[in-house]
Amino acid sequence: MNSSDTRLRIGVGAGMADDRIGPALELLQKCDLDYLVCECLAERTIARETLSRKTGNSKGFNPMLEDRMRSFLPLMRDKGVKLVSNMGAANPMGAAQAALEIGQSLGWQTLKCAAVTGDDVTERVSRHPELTLLDLQLPLEEILPRLASANAYLGADVVRDGLATGAHVVMTGRVADPSLFLGVALHHHGWSYDDCPRLAAGTIMGHLLECSAQVTGGYFADPGKKDVPRLAELAYPFADIHSDGSLFIGKPDGSGGRLDRMTCSEQALYEIHDPRAYITPDCVLSLDGLNFEELTPDRVAVRGVSARPRTDTYKVVVGYFDGWIGSGEVAYAGINAIARAQLAAETVKERFRLDGGVASEMQVDLIGMNSLHGSHPNTMSSVPYEVRLRVAARCPDKKSAHLLGDHVRQLNMQGPYGAGGPVNLGAREVIAVDAVLIPRDWVRPEITTVGA
Amino acid sequence: MGVLVHDLAHARAGDKGNTSSVAVIAYDDAAWQVLRRSLTADRVMLAFSHLGAGTVRRYEVESLRALNFVIPNVLAGGVTRSLRLDPHGKTLSALMLCIELPDSD
Repeated sequence: MNSSDTRLRIGVGAGMADDRIGPALELLQKCDLDYLVCECLAERTIARETLSRKTGNSKGFNPMLEDRMRSFLPLMRDKGVKLVSNMGAANPMGAAQAALEIGQSLGWQTLKCAAVTGDDVTERVSRHPELTLLDLQLPLEEILPRLASANAYLGADVVRDGLATGAHVVMTGRVADPSLFLGVALHHHGWSYDDCPRLAAGTIMGHLLECSAQVTGGYFADPGKKDVPRLAELAYPFADIHSDGSLFIGKPDGSGGRLDRMTCSEQALYEIHDPRAYITPDCVLSLDGLNFEELTPDRVAVRGVSARPRTDTYKVVVGYFDGWIGSGEVAYAGINAIARAQLAAETVKERFRLDGGVASEMQVDLIGMNSLHGSHPNTMSSVPYEVRLRVAARCPDKKSAHLLGDHVRQLNMQGPYGAGGPVNLGAREVIAVDAVLIPRDWVRPEITTVGA
Repeated sequence: MGVLVHDLAHARAGDKGNTSSVAVIAYDDAAWQVLRRSLTADRVMLAFSHLGAGTVRRYEVESLRALNFVIPNVLAGGVTRSLRLDPHGKTLSALMLCIELPDSD
């Protein structure tokens, strides 16, 4: 088989909701892509977008959608590149419509966009209080009155079906991150769910790419130990996946960042628990035997993965309201700085209590000493010259959460001497997330197209 | 004086709910042999215990010369609920690399 005839090239357009646009443009301009995939949904994003939509603060889809589409669509049209993204978040239909309108305003009258819906299973799940929350290990009933959203991680099949409509742009809500990429390969190569070796190749491809530059030198540099060339010009990756399942990860020739065995190994294991059983909606992937061969400074071959058939359940992310968090910060320096910071913290706690503030949990950090790793012997053994105090509290109401920060803010005049840069960081409403498993037949994905 | 994991390996931390997973990848075969022998689940649990770590699970991926540690209950409720400055636990890979392994192991 002539592999050059069957090459499918998928570039990364984003690996998080607010990821950079520039590196995606570099791929579109220079790398002869067939598809661009933008992964923009963290676990809690849909719950937050659902909330924003309810309060009228947003349209329920990714806030950067317009910027991205304005940047990408002209190049996509010129070069014949299609786009798949979960930027639809809590409103895939609105996202598809918005993409269409932007394309038309740029003169692309034949643009066609598809929306994938059906991931929202809030109503269905609400009728089953007996489901077990995987993290809390409690029945769903426990949080049902506070439920904000419930969305199933859909698989690659919905992306495949979206592309099968002939759409140039496919906007989804919750779809598992690797599935966005595998779905493109299912569509392009015509692979089936019986073909576990190819599902494995497409899934590891998605897993390696889903966090954009985390495979090309992001989240990696340790100066003097493992350096990343031209970190400021970090490039996004692309994958070449052939019809026989052979897989290569690349970045633009001579671009910034690095792509090698080390960066790929870190990303391969990122957020995976059992490396022999990484469960996605499409298969159960095993990394046992995974290996990377460095072909050039900008290209790596990926081999050695395998997969078992998909499970009979969907994982559902549930978002629920869980009170408020308030916080504030202030800094001290010089002789006795730590003691002053500690006195300040005690004063804030006491004033908060006297003013009727309510908190179920409070956290006091000395930034520079114990704010990241707790009271770790390495950091507590020496006294820093300066320290920034941070006080945070979990509160049942917004008023208490805001009150806490006020007391930190007021330390400049009413606390120990020398309080630098006091600030109330405000009250934030908490949307916690957990997960449940549901039978596959509870979910009915639908594809709707607009335009053309 | 023992050896630091930082001398032998690089690491990356990720989060799922209230659980952190930290991958530790050996720089070479000699380092891999030391890590495999000495960086036990118990040792990791001890290093993370003051942050609330539950029972640590440890997985080997020989082809990557990597150990993957799954550390439950260490994220103060997880990214959305945590009161901590680093709710994702992105810095926990650095704590892993600070672990000192005794020579005699």
